[in-house]
Amino acid sequence: MFARRKKLYSGSLIFDTVNIVILFAFFVITIYPFYYIFIYSISIPAEANRGNVVFLPAGFTLQNYVQVFRLKGIARATFISAARSVIGTLITLFCCSFAAYLVTKERLRFRKLIYRFLVITMYLEAGLIPWYLTMQLYGFSDNFLLYIIPSAVQAYFVILFKVYFESIPASLEESAEIDGAGYMTRFWKIVIPTSIPILATVAIFSLVNQWNTWYDNYFLVRSESLMTLQLKLKSFLDQVNYLVQMLKSGQTNIDPNRILTPTAVRMTVTMVITFPILLVYPILQRYFVKGIMMGAIKG
Amino acid sequence: MTKRRKYDDQLLIMAIPFCLLALAISYVPIAGWALSLFRYKPGLDILKGQVGEFVGFHWFAFLLRDSNIPGVLINTLSISFFSLFGSVVSVIFALLLTEVRSKWYKRFIQTTTTLPNFISWIIIYSVAFSLFSNEGVINTIIAALGGAGKVRILDNARVTWTFMSLMNIWKGAGWGAIIYLATIAGIDQELYEAARIDGANRLKLALHITWPGISETFLVLMLLSVSNILRTGMDQYLMFWNGAVASKITVLDYYTYQIAMKSQSFNYSYATAVGMLKSIVSVALLFTVNAIAKKVRGNSLV
Repeated sequence: MFARRKKLYSGSLIFDTVNIVILFAFFVITIYPFYYIFIYSISIPAEANRGNVVFLPAGFTLQNYVQVFRLKGIARATFISAARSVIGTLITLFCCSFAAYLVTKERLRFRKLIYRFLVITMYLEAGLIPWYLTMQLYGFSDNFLLYIIPSAVQAYFVILFKVYFESIPASLEESAEIDGAGYMTRFWKIVIPTSIPILATVAIFSLVNQWNTWYDNYFLVRSESLMTLQLKLKSFLDQVNYLVQMLKSGQTNIDPNRILTPTAVRMTVTMVITFPILLVYPILQRYFVKGIMMGAIKG
Repeated sequence: MTKRRKYDDQLLIMAIPFCLLALAISYVPIAGWALSLFRYKPGLDILKGQVGEFVGFHWFAFLLRDSNIPGVLINTLSISFFSLFGSVVSVIFALLLTEVRSKWYKRFIQTTTTLPNFISWIIIYSVAFSLFSNEGVINTIIAALGGAGKVRILDNARVTWTFMSLMNIWKGAGWGAIIYLATIAGIDQELYEAARIDGANRLKLALHITWPGISETFLVLMLLSVSNILRTGMDQYLMFWNGAVASKITVLDYYTYQIAMKSQSFNYSYATAVGMLKSIVSVALLFTVNAIAKKVRGNSLV
């Protein structure tokens, strides 16, 4: 009896160990690429260029970061990306939450119809050209509004807000209604303060989306002054290919020992774009989880 | 109780702006599908009624004769199909993760593996380029170990489908596991207690309690992925596309972009027709899948 229990226990121990190792492999496969880019970005470019950065940085410098921000357009692009993320998210939060608040009101005429009208947008996909031409028609090409207006009302967020608002006890609002408070007042003073978790969930979704989106910039914005950080990196990637090609064919005399190599630029800019996400997401990951669960239940 | 009317039109007035916004952003572009009936060229002013010569269903007939379409469809379906294995990876990952006893380790692994989901394809391309290009880490390591020759991935058409699918799985598998973890957390703990008393070991618990608990979710998500099989998106392919792999990486979404903006013809009308058919087929698939799900489990997905 004792021997049998011991055997069971040891089998379990082997499994636990193997399991931990397998999961650790998942972790390495996910994180190593980011780690690699990080150590490259803090390596001395000329050293790193020799290909000896694999597990540890080659030397240590923060010069890459300082230099990269001196490159034409990087600081501006960072500002544009941050601006679209923050302003776009505020607009999305207001529009989606207020629209959802309205459709929870029984006294809204055509309530069901309006809700469906908003939700169906989730399944509408006109395609690249109709989208492109429509945005042009509205004057959104080379316009900051392109980043913040089309994303204002999003069906998925409206659903999340509506589900949450419906769980708020009606009695909370009723007492304010008796005191003569209008819809706007009740929305700001009662509904919003009780909905912090869902506001945080949607805010994070929206911030990450905004920070990552680049196709609008790619297709409709030519102006340098409105370029986002993502597209800046894309242009560097394209240029790097070009530079590498040039170096190979020897048609240029770029000094290999110059402070900033194309690869170092690329690695550093990649890190600059990834940092905000790295910072924001582990802290608020639980909100994501809640968000998708709510969406999955009610969807 | 105060007497009041059934409806308060103040609410309706406040709701109208949001409806107009949704109309302008999501519904109006659908009207652009009408361009598929014309020979529209960029530069024509739609507002002045200039949409080009009316050609009826010319572009739809053209699509049937387009010799690129079969290859593009095969690429789209292949990459989507291989990417479906991501759901399997997510399930296995979730099952392994629930067996971890240390709460700290579990949380740590879960948090780190969801990271790629929050990264744009531009960054992922940048990462992939660092690893897999001729000067990338993989080839550096091979050279350091004395290996001859280079491993070609980014510009090797033979591995494109596999590589694109693996990138999809790498990006999404950790995130996909979250829904299973949450479902597992919702399974009645008494089931496990009862089975343990009956002498079931962990493998048996996983096979007879945990898996049945998540199998329905798995099926539903699988069905949803199937309905999205044509919707690969464009970001990934815009980044990874290059001439050497063109024949294997050009998916439907990318092809639309190509015929409209990358070719000499700037064929907006044909691109509209292709995009329109893709949308209609996708929605039809979704409704079919939804109907199947309704039959199987009694309630609908959407």
